[in-house]
Amino acid sequence: MREAEIRRLLAANLLCAVSIILAALVPAFFLDGFSVLGTHLTWLCVCSVCVATLNIILHLVLKPSQSPKRSSFAHKISRFLKCCIYFFMSCILFHAIIVLYGAPLIESVTETFLFAVLLSTFTTLQCLCLLGPNVQAWIRVFSKNGAMSIWESSLQITTVCSILGAWFGAFPIPLDWDRPWQVWPISCSLGATFGYMAGLIIAPLWIHWNRKQLTYKSR
Amino acid sequence: MSLRVLLSRMQRWPVVLFLAWVCLLFFAGIGLFMSGFLLTRIELASSSSCSDPLVPPPWERQSLPPGSCWAPQRFSKAVLIIIDALHFEFARFDPAKVSPLPYENKLGVLYQLATSQPRHARLYRFRADPPTATMQRIKGLTTGSLPTFIDVGSNFASYAIQEDNLLAQLVQNGRRVVFMGDDTWEGLFPKKFFRSYFFPSFNVKDLHTVDDGILQHLYPTVDSGEWDVLIAHFLGVDHCGHKHGPDHPEMAKKLTQMNEMLRSLVDHLGNDTLLLVAGDHGMTETGDHGGDSEKEVNAALFVYSRTPLFGSGPPEEPETIPQVNLVPTVALLLGVPIPYSNIGEVMAELFSGDGDTVSAALQQLSVYHINAKQVDRFLQSYSLVAQDLPAEQLQHLQELFSSAVEEHTQLLAQVQGTMLVPPELESRLGGLIGRFQRYLREARAVCTQSWARFHPLRMVGGCILIASSCLLCYMASELAASSHSFYRSCLLYPLLWGLVGAALLGLAHVFTQEGLDLLLVSSWAAAASQLGFFWHWWGQHPKRTRLAGSQPPLASGGPRQRLRAWLGLAFPMGILFFRCGAMFSDSFVVAEARVTPFLLASLVMLLVGKLHWDGRLTVPEGPKQQLLGFSSYRREIWYLLCLVAMLLVCVRLSSFFHQCREEIPQCRPSVFLSPLASLRSTRAKNLFYLLCVALLAGLVYAVQSWLRHYGNLNSSDPLVLFVRWGFPLVVLCIACYWAVASSADDSLGKLQELVQVAVIVFPWAVYGLASVGLLLLLCNPMTVFAKDTRESAGSIVTPYLGVPSSEVDFLHVIPQIYKRMQESQKNRLERGSCRATVAAYGLGSVYSAALVIALTLLGFLLMLLHSERLSFAFLLLFMEAFVLLHIHTPVAGLLMPPFSVPWYAVISWILAASQFFYSTGHQPIFPAIHWNAAFVGFHLDHSTNFLPAVLVGANTFASHILFAVGCPLLLLWPFVCEMSSSQKKKPKKESREELQEVEEHMMEMRLRESPEKFSTALLRLGLKYLFVLGAQLLACVCAAMILRRHLMVWKVFAPKFLFESLGFVVSSICLLLGISLVMRVDCAVSTWFSQLRLR
Repeated sequence: MREAEIRRLLAANLLCAVSIILAALVPAFFLDGFSVLGTHLTWLCVCSVCVATLNIILHLVLKPSQSPKRSSFAHKISRFLKCCIYFFMSCILFHAIIVLYGAPLIESVTETFLFAVLLSTFTTLQCLCLLGPNVQAWIRVFSKNGAMSIWESSLQITTVCSILGAWFGAFPIPLDWDRPWQVWPISCSLGATFGYMAGLIIAPLWIHWNRKQLTYKSR
Repeated sequence: MSLRVLLSRMQRWPVVLFLAWVCLLFFAGIGLFMSGFLLTRIELASSSSCSDPLVPPPWERQSLPPGSCWAPQRFSKAVLIIIDALHFEFARFDPAKVSPLPYENKLGVLYQLATSQPRHARLYRFRADPPTATMQRIKGLTTGSLPTFIDVGSNFASYAIQEDNLLAQLVQNGRRVVFMGDDTWEGLFPKKFFRSYFFPSFNVKDLHTVDDGILQHLYPTVDSGEWDVLIAHFLGVDHCGHKHGPDHPEMAKKLTQMNEMLRSLVDHLGNDTLLLVAGDHGMTETGDHGGDSEKEVNAALFVYSRTPLFGSGPPEEPETIPQVNLVPTVALLLGVPIPYSNIGEVMAELFSGDGDTVSAALQQLSVYHINAKQVDRFLQSYSLVAQDLPAEQLQHLQELFSSAVEEHTQLLAQVQGTMLVPPELESRLGGLIGRFQRYLREARAVCTQSWARFHPLRMVGGCILIASSCLLCYMASELAASSHSFYRSCLLYPLLWGLVGAALLGLAHVFTQEGLDLLLVSSWAAAASQLGFFWHWWGQHPKRTRLAGSQPPLASGGPRQRLRAWLGLAFPMGILFFRCGAMFSDSFVVAEARVTPFLLASLVMLLVGKLHWDGRLTVPEGPKQQLLGFSSYRREIWYLLCLVAMLLVCVRLSSFFHQCREEIPQCRPSVFLSPLASLRSTRAKNLFYLLCVALLAGLVYAVQSWLRHYGNLNSSDPLVLFVRWGFPLVVLCIACYWAVASSADDSLGKLQELVQVAVIVFPWAVYGLASVGLLLLLCNPMTVFAKDTRESAGSIVTPYLGVPSSEVDFLHVIPQIYKRMQESQKNRLERGSCRATVAAYGLGSVYSAALVIALTLLGFLLMLLHSERLSFAFLLLFMEAFVLLHIHTPVAGLLMPPFSVPWYAVISWILAASQFFYSTGHQPIFPAIHWNAAFVGFHLDHSTNFLPAVLVGANTFASHILFAVGCPLLLLWPFVCEMSSSQKKKPKKESREELQEVEEHMMEMRLRESPEKFSTALLRLGLKYLFVLGAQLLACVCAAMILRRHLMVWKVFAPKFLFESLGFVVSSICLLLGISLVMRVDCAVSTWFSQLRLR
């Protein structure tokens, strides 16, 4: 059971990683002059949309959260609307935090906001898919010994990795190398993406490695 | 009682002494490193003379006219006009320009002379060598050499030039030198002038004194003819740049004045006079100078004489010549020897004369020959004294020189024998001149390259000293215990070791009869005492591990616990590591103003994240919650999150006050940096003025209400009265000063004189009031109001009647006589009457109150020294410090046992200090220093250098001072805020059960209860603070040492190192003062208690 679950997790994560790579490569065939660095805003949109749709599809297919509740259609709709609102709020929150960390306030608002959307996709959307619009559950998952399944462990790892990646992405900005990727917010969004991908790959491996120690409390 | 007083007194001095000793260790390291890193070039004492065997070949020698040395004199008189900061763009005239800027096309006379008499006049680009400070430039313009970096520091204490220089040569050869203008020259050339008119140069706001003074004397002196060389140094343009910037109508006025001056001066000149108009350096767009940017080094030189000077017309684009080239040129034109240490190259076109091309070339060749011989002689004698010029390059230069001289001799022989016909002769002459030129330029390049000279041994020594001091700080902060044996083994013995080391070294010096280098002795002593510390620490080590109990977390427990402790350390230390690592990259040093807030925000966010991860923010799960899978939060989480958000907002807002560096060209300096006087719109000016004053009043109100809240504003002590009435008075004085200082200069008309007085009086009133306040604070720092309702001394409500015989008894008295109240006066009276007791208002926050009062006073002083609108930045500083303390308070309750300040708090405190260094409009570069601060309260020149240095230093390191003095608050604050979170259960001994109610509000008296722990905690806090500061300093020092041949070393790393080490010195001294203040309060509290007991 556990092994099969880990294998499913690995497959899902690999699919996500591949989708990110494809999001960087495929649009070049359809859009003229598309490149990750050159038309960064387009890439940000494409990548966010790709990751979001894939995650939602995977969630629907794999049903890792195995919600046992009987849910009416209206309940589902309200849940969905709540999720949308949460996602939007998280985008705003990320935007505010990024600005407070020193991003320009007035110039390049679009860039900053799309970067916030990307970060939300990598973090909040995952939480929404897995845990639903339930803040208490989020708080539980992001504390020590709070994960209750390998999916939640994976969520922990990918979220922390994406945010760390974005954080480290800010480091090369002041350097005087004059590279195109040092422009705000390219290095940060690339950092977040690489961090997310690293998290996707690390998570199943780490869980596999520590499968003896990991004992999930049942609900 | 006496035992207790004795005990607590015993603990105070060792703490301060220990910290002072550690500071001295650091200072020794800094001094040693600095002596190895910032070395001046060795100045040779030799000077040239007329009879030197450096003479040209005999056949030319015969033709030397009387009064000439080395080369025939071409001019008997010269006028050197130095216009300070005459940028090349100021001197250039472009008639095609339709709408010139204020500084363009103002010096029309230069253009007219150059176009109407192309063989008489010429304009050059005059490249100054960095550092472009006036004193260094005067040195360069007279010695022909390159002053090195360290001289920047001594700009306002200009010592006499010891090296051979142009003025010395002129005087030595009987020329009468008359000087007028900048009094910097007086210090540089004492008693060299035949006649002199000096005017004060230090007040950069004064545009006219120097220039008007010169103009008054210039023409009478020129007409009197009692001079051979006349030097006039105008300062108006430079001061105008400093005050208004180049792009200002005032600059147009000033340059027009200079134009008129030059126009009439030209009419007064005779035929035998050479006129030189030179700028000593340029200026940046903001009117500053000191660095090596293109705008700063690009000055102008204009040469004119009534007799033809040049063989041909001027080139299309003005030629660029280095500044040192003026020295040999002027020397040879006036027929005096070239100064001994000159490395400049003659401007040959001035020596071409009237003859045909061949004779012109021959003349040029002869001056080149003299010049090359002089430079060769200098290089040879220099390489004998110092080894810093690389040997292989010297060898190469030597070869160049000897081959050129050989060819020169051959050529001269051939010319004498008329074996050569003109075309071939010309080409050979040209080739030879080229070789001399090449030699001179390469020699100059070699010198420029290697006169940043280092003592690697001293640098490494300084580095090691600082590193081991850091290690010592860390270890001592981990093991510090307040036992006497600790102080004996870790303070007394090391000090003795140090003394013995110093004495031995001194003895050795006495025997070897060598000069005693104080710096070396002190660093050896520091090293010896450090060795002593480590030795005794090692000796104690086995003993300590056997002792269980109060052990530092790292040394005790199993490997698991130790690992966990290390991990807990890892995250604040990781941030510190990033901060230190950033010192090694010039880009990160340049961008430090943005890096520090980033790291500070990350540190705080990480802290909250980690607390959450560890589950410390959630209430322990009840069974019901566990069923639901929820974990509910403590209420404090929202409070904490709000604080974090406030901190982030403060950090972000503070970035609006940044100064710019030239390395980031797209950066625009903050508008808040300029004084209100520079605002054109009156409405904006009034608005900002009112805002600033309101802000000051708000600060006073906030401080007073804080003190009132904790009951420190009730007594009628002088200090409390001062806080009540003196603070508003200080604010009033500052507001008046700002009003007077920001009013327009000329709008007041008759009131001008009154304004002049007011500008002096108000700052002095603030200085006076602030020092009165600080003195009161020192004399009686108790802000406690004691209400004694006891009938007699015997009626204290205490189970222990009579005089306590032991310390334990006494310990129990304090909580009883202490009572904290917040209710209104009436309630207090009602309550107080029903129980006979002593009610002491404000005793619980007596330590913090003293610190807060001191900080507020210091804040006022520092705000006075900054430009008006930077008071917003100070408000942010106080708010951020307050928020940091409040974040620290609940977290400290969650994380650590009391009496210990965790690392993250110290690191965030220091990060905030360096963040506000930038946010008060500073940058670690010399042009960004706010020199204006030296004139707050002083109108004219300072008589000493000490006072302006203190004022400018206080301005520059304002945030370092405030945060270092406020450092003990990190320890005190959790106790002060205990009231709001007093639900925390504390184990109590049975004997105190009846006192529980009182103990709830013990606050800072908990510290008082256990003096050993208190003094240890202070010591640990101080050591941690010094460790973090020292780690940053170490990073800077290592960066400067490792990257000493980096392109950016003089622009980025060396200034950064200087600022960081000065900041360290200031911070550590202020830290000592802050801790001493706490000790002083402790003393006062002791005496207060003993008086209470006696009554």
